[in-house]
Amino acid sequence: MSHEFLQVLWFILIVVLWVGFYFLEGFDFGVGMLLPFLGKKDQERRAIINAIGPTWDGNEVWLITAGGAMFAAFPQWYATLFSGFYLALFLLLVALIIRGISFEYRSKDASPKWRATFDWMIAVGSFLAALLLGVAFANLAEGVPINAKMMYTGNLFTLLNPYGLIGGLTTVSVFLLHGANFLSLKLEDELRERANAFAKKLYIAAVVLNLILLITTYIFTDIYAHLGLNPGIVPIVGLLALLVSGYFINRKQEGWAFILVAVNIVFTLITFFMIMFPRVMISSTDPSYSLTIYNASSSAYTLSVMSIVALIFVPIVLIYQGWTYYMFRKRITTKKESLVY
Amino acid sequence: MDPLILSRWQFAMTSIYHFLFVPLTLGLGWFVAFMQTRYYQTKDETFHKMAKFWGKLFLINFAMGVVTGIVQEFQFGMNWSEYSRFVGDIFGAPLAIEALLAFFLESIFLGVWIFGEGKVPEKVHLAAIWLAAIGSNLSALWILLANGWMQHPVGYVIDPTTGRPMLNDFLALITNPKGWLFFGHTIAVGLAMASFVILGVSAYHLARKSNVDFFKRSFQIAAIVGLVAALLVIIDGDEQGKYVYETQPMKMASIEALWNTEQPASFSILTIGDLSGKKEVWSLRVPGVTSLLACNNLTCAVQGVNDIQAQYQQQYGPGDYIPLMVFTYWGFRFMITVGFLMVILAVIFLFALRGDLTKVKWMKWVPWVIVLPYIATTSGWIVTEIGRQPWIVQGLLKVQDAVSPNLTTVDLLISLIGYVVVYGTLAVADFYLMKKYAILGPDAAMTESVDAAPSVIGGQD
Repeated sequence: MSHEFLQVLWFILIVVLWVGFYFLEGFDFGVGMLLPFLGKKDQERRAIINAIGPTWDGNEVWLITAGGAMFAAFPQWYATLFSGFYLALFLLLVALIIRGISFEYRSKDASPKWRATFDWMIAVGSFLAALLLGVAFANLAEGVPINAKMMYTGNLFTLLNPYGLIGGLTTVSVFLLHGANFLSLKLEDELRERANAFAKKLYIAAVVLNLILLITTYIFTDIYAHLGLNPGIVPIVGLLALLVSGYFINRKQEGWAFILVAVNIVFTLITFFMIMFPRVMISSTDPSYSLTIYNASSSAYTLSVMSIVALIFVPIVLIYQGWTYYMFRKRITTKKESLVY
Repeated sequence: MDPLILSRWQFAMTSIYHFLFVPLTLGLGWFVAFMQTRYYQTKDETFHKMAKFWGKLFLINFAMGVVTGIVQEFQFGMNWSEYSRFVGDIFGAPLAIEALLAFFLESIFLGVWIFGEGKVPEKVHLAAIWLAAIGSNLSALWILLANGWMQHPVGYVIDPTTGRPMLNDFLALITNPKGWLFFGHTIAVGLAMASFVILGVSAYHLARKSNVDFFKRSFQIAAIVGLVAALLVIIDGDEQGKYVYETQPMKMASIEALWNTEQPASFSILTIGDLSGKKEVWSLRVPGVTSLLACNNLTCAVQGVNDIQAQYQQQYGPGDYIPLMVFTYWGFRFMITVGFLMVILAVIFLFALRGDLTKVKWMKWVPWVIVLPYIATTSGWIVTEIGRQPWIVQGLLKVQDAVSPNLTTVDLLISLIGYVVVYGTLAVADFYLMKKYAILGPDAAMTESVDAAPSVIGGQD
């Protein structure tokens, strides 16, 4: 296999890992943000957490694997991105830490104050993580200042530009909607109704922000030069899926609503990667300073070894992770005796 | 303040903190899996309670290891971008494989174990805890192979155009003896730490005569495993010492405060250094023992710090190649003293099993043994990591050349203070919960919703 083929293959594999992370952890983040608003009583909150309880940690591993894969396959990308977005990633880490620990600790003490604190840490952590991921990807598509030595020359505020913030808010709104759909699939009775009512409101916000993102993407990124006025089937299907999901949300066909919003998330993220390809870090300083899959990658030997490992183990992981969703497919009730703490 | 110094402090702090939780996860997972297996086989309710009770402590601790682990993976790129660029062709691979092979296994099946009791078949529930334990120990293997490569680089050639090491032998990378010695050491350390935590908590209850049968049996299992594990730690550690002698002579010499090459080499009982931590003032030594540690005989030559320094200056150019000996020397002595103390204690505990544990007078002091493995593991890592300074990759890249060049002092002060605040708060919450559940005992761990509080906002259903 040629080096070039392997570089493209690993770009695709990293897209797959990020897509898996967005699809799975997207609803986890949404559920986390909705927790204090949707759950009025303690048992309701416990039921909401239990809807993602058995699986959220496994979902987060997609992020860790994506990070590891970027390090292994495109070390220059990993080095420039992670050192460049230093404070944004630090905040992301804090968000993931306080959120992760709260899932495990919130029910381990009876004090209402204790629980309310951890519930809000879940919500704030989920919000911050979704926002920062959105900001990061918008900036990756838009381009950031990078010098000839592959070094990022901006700071945190460089990332918090209008387009970055639109990317962040859009991600937050879509993850919220994804989470509301997921909860209306996983919960029963009143909570299910409440989740559905939230989904209806969030749908409007997500559509508005998606349209703003679409327009601003043509202003701030080089999508027009790169993909053309008609950007192709992927972004169009992504947007249409979101628009159509409203129909199913209104009819309370939760399965379809969930799938369509998932399609929107996945296809929008793929669009960002399509704008970038074959660049992985677009330099706004000088296009020739951009990092590409060709100048940022590992050797052909390392990529070959990693390809073999990935082709064996990614399918295995998909099978057993899919199986756990099947195992825990039942709806969660708020009846005290059936709640796992 | 220099960003390099701050990055080093941050890496040291977050790594040491992370590893406070890791060994207990590694070791306690096996215990819980064993106890649940015994329950599955015998249907003895005590084993069921044991799996639940020790499982509760396992989970509280596990969560800390997981959330602090993400920081570890990210900060190679965040703080050490030049390192990441330099070693990316090699070091990223075991890291990615760790996530793919180990983290998924561990996280997904632990989820099944926590939420699956009564919902999935009993056999599946039992398999889940085994797979989670295997997953976490497997993750230790991959990260230690990665660390092993930094200590003893293998399987690479230097790219003549970039000057960077390029992987050319994956098999050498994954069979690196350094990594496997670390792995054996760490797995045994995990079991030893879990044993001493179980011994300490059990002793607390035995001294108060609460749940006597439950804690007697826990004490018994932990005393046996604790002795075997502590011995394995020492045996593996001795092997490591011999490998350090061959591959990292400066680390060996600095551990022993051996200034000049000696044949046979003496072992320092006590060396007093000056305030720089790099100069000897006074020393008491036993002849030949360092030779014994290094190469299994009383006669071989062991190179001294001064000689290696001169040799490295010739080989790598001018610079200070001597690690901060005050840490390597004392860290090593803390580690081995505590290690041997643990063996002796485990033997005493085994003898105590012949009598009635609730009548043992010193039982009320035994909970303090819990701190021992924490002292030993922390000092062990300090020896290993400070002992290879100034290298981040032995012989190939220095720490000072590895730091991210774009980071400012302000960036680092924000993150460093941020980590101290977040980690400090979490440590309080973790300690509070560990102590609370350890003292509450097995009955509290059995009733799932025992802690269901009155509602956060309104009344309860």
